[in-house]
Amino acid sequence: MINIKYFGIAKEIVGNDVAFIESSTISVADLRQRMNEQYKAFKQIKGYMVAVNQEYAIDSQIINADDEVAIIPPVSGG
Amino acid sequence: MKNKINVVISEETLSIDTVYQDVHDELCGGICLFVGTVRNKNKGKNVTHLDFETYTPMALKEMNKIGQRAVDQYDIQHISIFHRSGYVGIKDIAVIIAVSSIHRDACFQACQFAIDTLKETVPIWKKEHLDDGSYWVGARP
Repeated sequence: MINIKYFGIAKEIVGNDVAFIESSTISVADLRQRMNEQYKAFKQIKGYMVAVNQEYAIDSQIINADDEVAIIPPVSGG
Repeated sequence: MKNKINVVISEETLSIDTVYQDVHDELCGGICLFVGTVRNKNKGKNVTHLDFETYTPMALKEMNKIGQRAVDQYDIQHISIFHRSGYVGIKDIAVIIAVSSIHRDACFQACQFAIDTLKETVPIWKKEHLDDGSYWVGARP
């Protein structure tokens, strides 16, 4: 099981700030695909980044069960 | 003296003087402050307030990276970056960046670099509340 945090508009779409996916290991690219299938409204976002252990991750990175994963919609601080 | 990088995310009102004192140094001939404030209009609509959501541990890491890059790229002494979370009213301060340097050019440039990069990389989200609704800034195409 992989624990995923959501923020901003992604949190609103998912309806929760955390959700699990049933998997022990998954690439960032596959996670994106699963997210996009599960939450169709993600298509309305202007893209999002995936962070693994509080660092931006590239699509080929492999996520393991104990990793801290977050969906990062377009940031707008400042 | 060693460069100091300080980053803070606060639910409380930000104090310009605190951030200023943070970078003050007898070696320095200049301090550049950027203060980001909340305006009451955006694209012709009346803004009532903002709400900032933060992924705090990662945001602090990214803010630290900005500080480190600023120290590496510009001839500065110290840099402090303070950002608000939660409810921020009109005219209130959302962000303060202070940079000190021996000569002024470096602190101007580093301050500009820091705010521009913060807006691109730091996981903080702004929800803009209007008279007639609210939305996450920059989230939709």
